[in-house]
Amino acid sequence: MNAGLWLLSVALAEPVAFVGATLHPVDRPAIEDGVLVVDNGKIVALSQTVPDGMRTVDLTGKHIIPGLVDTHSHIGGARLNDDLAPIQPGLSAIDAFDPTHDSVSRARAGGITTVNVMPGSGKLMGGQTAYLKLRDSAVVDDLLMCSDLAAPFEQSEGPARRTGVCGGMKMANGTNPQGPGHDPKSRMGAAYLQRKALGEGQDRLEQLSSGDGPDAPALDLDALAQLVSGQRTVHFHTHRADDIVTIAALRREFDLDVVLHHVSEAWKVPDLLAELQLPCSLIMVDAPGGKEEALQIALENGALLEEKGVPVAFHTDDPITDSRLFLRSAGLAVRAGMSPEGALAALTLVPARMMRLDAAVGSLTPGKHADFVVLSGTPLSSWTLVEQTWVEGELLFDRSTPEGQRLATGGRPGLQMSGVDGRTSSGAVQ
Amino acid sequence: MSMWALWIAGAAVSAPALADTLRISGEAVHTVSGEVIEDGAVLVVDGVIAAVGPTADVPRPAGATELAGAVVTPGLIDGWATAGLTGPHNHTPDQDHAERDEPVRPELRALDAWHPRDPLLGWLRGFGITTVHAGPSPGQPVSGRTLIVANKVGRVGDVALEPDAFVVLSLGDGPKHRFSGQGTASRMGSAAVIRQALVEARDYAQRRSLPVADRPPEDLGMEALVDLLEGRRRALVHAHRADDLDTALRIAEEFDLDIVLAGGAEAWLMADTIADAGIPVLVGPVMARSWREGEQRNSSFSCAGVLADAGVQVGFMSGYEGYVPKVRVVLWEAAVAGANGLGPERTLQALTLDAARILGIDDRTGSLDVGKRADLVVYDGDPFEYASHACVVVVGGEVVSESCR
Repeated sequence: MNAGLWLLSVALAEPVAFVGATLHPVDRPAIEDGVLVVDNGKIVALSQTVPDGMRTVDLTGKHIIPGLVDTHSHIGGARLNDDLAPIQPGLSAIDAFDPTHDSVSRARAGGITTVNVMPGSGKLMGGQTAYLKLRDSAVVDDLLMCSDLAAPFEQSEGPARRTGVCGGMKMANGTNPQGPGHDPKSRMGAAYLQRKALGEGQDRLEQLSSGDGPDAPALDLDALAQLVSGQRTVHFHTHRADDIVTIAALRREFDLDVVLHHVSEAWKVPDLLAELQLPCSLIMVDAPGGKEEALQIALENGALLEEKGVPVAFHTDDPITDSRLFLRSAGLAVRAGMSPEGALAALTLVPARMMRLDAAVGSLTPGKHADFVVLSGTPLSSWTLVEQTWVEGELLFDRSTPEGQRLATGGRPGLQMSGVDGRTSSGAVQ
Repeated sequence: MSMWALWIAGAAVSAPALADTLRISGEAVHTVSGEVIEDGAVLVVDGVIAAVGPTADVPRPAGATELAGAVVTPGLIDGWATAGLTGPHNHTPDQDHAERDEPVRPELRALDAWHPRDPLLGWLRGFGITTVHAGPSPGQPVSGRTLIVANKVGRVGDVALEPDAFVVLSLGDGPKHRFSGQGTASRMGSAAVIRQALVEARDYAQRRSLPVADRPPEDLGMEALVDLLEGRRRALVHAHRADDLDTALRIAEEFDLDIVLAGGAEAWLMADTIADAGIPVLVGPVMARSWREGEQRNSSFSCAGVLADAGVQVGFMSGYEGYVPKVRVVLWEAAVAGANGLGPERTLQALTLDAARILGIDDRTGSLDVGKRADLVVYDGDPFEYASHACVVVVGGEVVSESCR
């Protein structure tokens, strides 16, 4: 990190104009040789002129995109499949997330600034997910993105404590949550148990809404009630077309807010997805197979859903794909026919909407958080490298430093490179 | 022989029809062995490259099939794949990449499990992988022998470039997991098992020269290892950690083996040592899931670039995948290495001519030169760009894919 940038990252009080780069705001057309003004962790303006006397950072020739939003990740070093029961809504990924884990720093090295860290797909309802801003802190609470329960759809500003809904709910169907060693053992059993649990959520919601509510909180039931009330989004792991259809039925029966994840066979039911406007967060893998449900996955899913008007995002499912290569997912989708604009939106604004965080993140828009990524070239070129990642006006990844180089390319801390002593850029010992 | 003369010779053989004659032109023709030809063309007759040069200089026989695109390169080579032995289903009937009974099985031959209609091979073919070095998966201290094969459907004897190539050795985590109950629960064990097998083969060779009555019965596995000891065969040694790579070099030196290193997650940490030893490396996977614990945790996107900078000959391999995705596409693996230090020219060379040299097939493929097999790919742009497509794939003169993938 050069001295200028270092000073900048600690001196947040002063407004700064990033000049010379092509800006890709996502919610409006690209601006060549643009000026991005940042103040106090927020984006203040996008223009083509520098305000009088403002300090500037020259990024001539670079490209700036919004911080990437990953709707489905398993970073943070945790074991994310527990085995308490097929339905375990009271668990939370927040309790298993280590912000100092190297995978978190690597996600920033890929330009990811907002992430949904999820329990695994080994259970029908694996637990609550965590919406996290990848701020520089060892305390998970400092990373949480919560909506206030009193005003459920208003995103609270800045670091939030766990007073509201700070994530979604992971659900899964298909083969992953099926036995043989445990229940359910069939798709019938899966749908039955999910219906039963959601029905219990409806009962609980009625209780909570009535004048003389329940005496004590109930971890599982209260979380289920948040699903059927629409306060908490369901992130539903699914591959096969018939499993997608089952989710459509559950959504209708229980009025759920649902995002589909992976959606390998989306291409078989595009009209259903379009009619219901079911948001799809796709995984892009390099070949079909490896599990039965992924035999018919198609690189063309993104293009087809875009054409049909279905909201499309991509996710890493890190470690299935590498957070540092998240831009690549969109690149492959363009190869298979998606528009470059749609593909970039599928890494930023659309996933932000899927997490209901789009008032704060997902585009370079005045008033939103100053989360942005400086790229060496056009956003979806295979030759383009992530050079810097800024989170709320702080430079938290810089490829030009030895530590940044290590994070961007590989190697564990302290194992190999001169100048690296086993500490992260924030000083935490791994 | 001039291009023209060779073309005449080829045409004479295929005189009745020109169905087997292709004329492929591109805005940039990367021969790899020489300069890039702007507005170039390649003439293919009977499966062989008959002419290469500027468009104006390459004959246009009447009746030849004309194909064109932005960029033409040699066909890509997957340095070590299990595709063709493993299908996309993770079910036993579809998986033939490994034996799990004993740690030493050099009698196995990939040839006998080659499944040219494996959909994974079709997947790779669509992206321009025209030659596959197929072998048993890593993980057995001494495993079977590999097959170098053209990626098209046919009897294996007809499409093989080398029906019985390397013998596969493995160090590191694989043998520890797979044969821990049979003396390889530690790295000491794997190395000892390999050494013991080689010592037994040396002894076997001596006893086979005894009078008939005293000779041991013929042993297919021992024969393969004797070939290795006597320099008629090479070893493909899978190792990721630097100390495992070092063990491979040590064993190679002890037994005077000719080896190629494969995997090489930490090869970048000892690039100069490997360069000094003059041993090539097939790198893979580049996009390793490296934040998990294990021998690949210190892998680097820059590995191939660091090795090439040090003077190591580098190729890429897809290797074995037990989960999603079931196969890796070396075009895309290499692209990541390309953007992280290897650069476009060296990346293309690693996927083509250098891979061919490493595998010992550069007399037949790996570059666009007159007399070589017509293995080539036509792209609509920079081959390594995510958004480019492989639009025509030719294997041994046969157009095997014509949809832009």
